[in-house]
Amino acid sequence: MSGPGLYAAVAVRSFRRYSTYRAATLAGAFTNSVFGVILAYTFIALWSERPDLGGYDVTTAVTFVWIGQALLTPVAIFASGAEADLVERVRTGDVAIDLYRPTDLQLWWLAADLGRAAFQLLARGLPPTLIGLLIFDLRFPSNPVTWLVFLLSVVLAVTVSFSIRYLLALSGFWLLDVRGAQTLTIVLSTFFSGLFLPLVIFPGWLKDVAFALPWASLLQLPADVLLEERTGWSVVQALAFQAAWATALLLLGRLVLRVATRRVVVQGG
Amino acid sequence: MADAPALGRARAYGLLSWMWIRSSMAYRTSFVILLTSSFAITFLDFAAILIMFASVDRLGGFSVSEVAFLYGSTSLALGFADLFGGSLDRVGARVRDGSLDAMLLRPVPTLVQIMADQFAIRRLGRVLQAVLVFGWALATADIGWTWDRVLLVPAMLVCGTAIFLAILVLAGAFQVLASDAADVGNAFTYGGNTMLQYPLTIYPTEVVRAVTFVVPVAFVNWYPALHILDRADPLNLPTWWQFASPLAAAVMCGVAAMCWRAALRHYRSTGS
Repeated sequence: MSGPGLYAAVAVRSFRRYSTYRAATLAGAFTNSVFGVILAYTFIALWSERPDLGGYDVTTAVTFVWIGQALLTPVAIFASGAEADLVERVRTGDVAIDLYRPTDLQLWWLAADLGRAAFQLLARGLPPTLIGLLIFDLRFPSNPVTWLVFLLSVVLAVTVSFSIRYLLALSGFWLLDVRGAQTLTIVLSTFFSGLFLPLVIFPGWLKDVAFALPWASLLQLPADVLLEERTGWSVVQALAFQAAWATALLLLGRLVLRVATRRVVVQGG
Repeated sequence: MADAPALGRARAYGLLSWMWIRSSMAYRTSFVILLTSSFAITFLDFAAILIMFASVDRLGGFSVSEVAFLYGSTSLALGFADLFGGSLDRVGARVRDGSLDAMLLRPVPTLVQIMADQFAIRRLGRVLQAVLVFGWALATADIGWTWDRVLLVPAMLVCGTAIFLAILVLAGAFQVLASDAADVGNAFTYGGNTMLQYPLTIYPTEVVRAVTFVVPVAFVNWYPALHILDRADPLNLPTWWQFASPLAAAVMCGVAAMCWRAALRHYRSTGS
C-alpha cells in the first residue's frame, strides 16, 4: 500500500485508536461543558453591559463560547494531538527508525492528526454542544451549505494547528525537552485563537495583529463561518487565509526537518 | 509507613522535590522557556480581563480593581495548590504504567511521593503573576482597611490553597478508579478558578448555591472577598459565612483524605 491509500489507512486507524479512550473522552466532554457554562455567563454579563460589542449580539457571543468548547480538542488548541507521539519519538530517538520508512514523516502524522480530529469532533464536539443547547439560547445556521463550508474550515483549522505542533515536535531535535516550547505554543494559541475572548472584541491594533496571525484560523474564522458573520466573498477570503497559513507552515516544517536530519545527532545512540 | 511523623513526611517531600528541581535545571534553555511561558500564560489570561474592561466600566457591579482582587486571590490559591500538588493529575498515568505499585512499597507515604513526583518549580511563574495582580488590586481597590479585613486576607489565601489542594487529591483518588479521567479534576480546579475570577453576581443563584453547598469552591475567595470589599451577598447568607473558609477548607481536606485512603484500599493493580 502506498500513496493516498496509505495515509487514509493511517487516518482511519488513528480515528479508531482515539475512540478506545472512552473514560478520557467522557471526562473531557464534561470539562468542556463546565467551561462552556462558566464562559457563557461571563459573556452574557459582558454583552448585557455592551449589547453590540465587537459586532456580536449576546446570542452570537454565547454560541461562540460553545463553538469554542466544541472545537477546542479537535483543533487541539491546548496541543496534545497526534504530535504528542512524535514528540516522544524525537525524545527517545525512535524517530530515526521513522526516517528510514518509505513514507513521508509529515504526511503520516498529518493523517494521524486528521483521524484523531475527526473522532474528537464527534465525541468531544457534540456532547458539549447539546448541553449548551439545553441551557442557553444558541443560534446555529439552517443552511446546509454553511455547515459544509464550516466543516471545510475546520479541516483547514486542524491542518494549520497540526503544522504548528509539527514544528513544535521538530524543535525537540535541538531543545531535547520541548515542554517549555509546548507551553509557549499553548499560550499563544489559546489567546490568539479567541478561545477565551473572541478576537472581534480585541482593541485597535491588537485586533489587526490577531487577525493576521495563524491562530485566527483555529477558532475565530471557522466560528464566524458557522455564525454567518462572514458571508459570500468574505467566506472565500477566510478559507484562503487558512489555506495560505497551512501551506506556508507545512512547507516550513519540511524545511526544518531537512535541516534537522542533516545537522542533528538523534538521541539514543 | 502511614504513621510517619508529619516532620518526616515534610522532609521526604522536600528531598523529593529538590531532586526534581535539580533535574529540571539540566535542560537549561527549556527551563527558562518553561518559567517564562508559565508566567506568560497567566499574564495573557489577565490581559483578557483587561480587554473586557476596555469596553465596560463594571462587570456584575464590580470595578476592574475589584475583579483583579478576585482574580489575584483565586490565582494565588490555585498557583500554590498546583505548585505543591500539581503532579496529582498523573496518578492515572502511574496506574496505567504500573509505577504506582512501586510507590506503595516504598517507606514514604504514597500521597507524599505522588505530590513530590516531577515537582516543577516553573509553576512559580503562575504564582508570581498572581502576586503582581493581587498586589495591584490591593493598592488600587477602594478597601476600608480594618484589622479583621487585614487578617482575613492571609486566611483567605491559606484556606483557598487548602481547598484547591483537597480537590486535586480528590481528583487523584478518582483516577485510581478511573485512570483515564484526569480531565474531570480540571473542571473543578481550572473551571472553579475561571469562575472565581469574576464576581459570582454574574451567575444564576443555582450556580452560586452549587459552588457553596455542593463543591464549596466559593470559599476560596468569594465569601471572604464579600467582607473585605464590603459587598452584599447575593444569596443573603448570614455574615459568619464570610469567615467560614477555614471550616470549608477543613471539611474538604477531611473528605479528600478519606477518599484518598479508600481509593488506595480499593486499588487493584493493572496486573501482570
